[in-house]
Amino acid sequence: MQISIASGKGGTGKTLVATNLALSIPDQPVQLMDCDVEEPNAHIFFQGQPVSRITVTRPVPKVDAEKCRHCGTCSEVCAFNAIALLDKMVLTFDDLCHSCGACWYLCPHKAIEPLEKEIGTVEKTDVGDMVLVTGKLKIGSHISPPVIKKVKEQSLPEGINIIDGPPGSSCPVMETVEGTDYCVLVTEPTPFGLNDLTLAVKMVKTLGVPCGVVINRDGPDSVMVEEFCRDNNIKILMRIPLDVGIAESYAQGIPLVKENPAWKERFEKLYRSIVEEVQA
Amino acid sequence: MKIAISSQGDSTHSQVNPRLGRCEKFIIYDTDTGKNTAVDNGGRLSSGGAGIATARMLADLGVNVVITGFVGPKAFAALKTAGIKVYTGAQGTVEESLQLYQQNKLEEAQSANAGAHSGI
Repeated sequence: MQISIASGKGGTGKTLVATNLALSIPDQPVQLMDCDVEEPNAHIFFQGQPVSRITVTRPVPKVDAEKCRHCGTCSEVCAFNAIALLDKMVLTFDDLCHSCGACWYLCPHKAIEPLEKEIGTVEKTDVGDMVLVTGKLKIGSHISPPVIKKVKEQSLPEGINIIDGPPGSSCPVMETVEGTDYCVLVTEPTPFGLNDLTLAVKMVKTLGVPCGVVINRDGPDSVMVEEFCRDNNIKILMRIPLDVGIAESYAQGIPLVKENPAWKERFEKLYRSIVEEVQA
Repeated sequence: MKIAISSQGDSTHSQVNPRLGRCEKFIIYDTDTGKNTAVDNGGRLSSGGAGIATARMLADLGVNVVITGFVGPKAFAALKTAGIKVYTGAQGTVEESLQLYQQNKLEEAQSANAGAHSGI
């Protein structure tokens, strides 16, 4: 089973929920997967031994100047201006390229070949209770979905995969959530949290993934989130109060469930509610 | 020789648009015939790489010199490859900028003078 964690707004507590949920699942092999590849940080809560490291690449065009007949087909078919015929020379701009392959498929002179360019890594770490899989986008690269995809490919077929996603509601989050069995949306009771939760719900519904909400920093203002969830028929799975103790253990990089066993029970309950929702 | 000036409108009295890749029009002055032609800059509608699309269009039109305000790194690389000289610092109307160029008061760009995506 794959359980994705998203939020819309950043800083609502996705990693708090993902790490503690992963540590509270009983009697099953568990893997925590960090798909926030631009700024992966789940590893801060764990110490462990590196197991493996995979390089992630994506193809960009490489032009063979000897074979090129300067016909300009590549320039014409590129939707991103990433390849341009200019006065009998073809220039490529890798950072505009979306790796669609149109130029190398359609070059009539077979003068363009795909060249694999490194854009990130996927690292597996044994952290004792489970394996942590971390995707890292290479600095300077700006296309993250292929790295996220590679992280998700490492999912345990028999077991529970907790997939921590990036903020937002565009391509990187969609790549993270798509195809998962359930999406936990972590929100906070502020107008900003609610605004972005609304976008995230639309995104998750578009993908056809069932979802539920965790309200972090829960308090009197949660009323607006409750109203939204009621109107949209979304289950509130858990509430984490606005609490100095929680903030302190988080700031020290200590998982909440290790600091306070009562939280382990609550996160186990969250896991059971998710399973119920998936099976419903 | 053909000189292209990035413009907001389609006459020599139009204001210069200092952005190369995202300008509305180019006024192309042909020094051999003394005629001005306005062309639409279709490249400005690109979601990315507008300067590259613009450079391709100018190269296809046989332009030798482009006069504008700012040029980014990708557009500069593309124009250089196409053998098009770039003069920056254009201001006022298209006509005034052309005069500045003809009086050697504009400097030929040796590198980009704006960051990527600064025209958006």
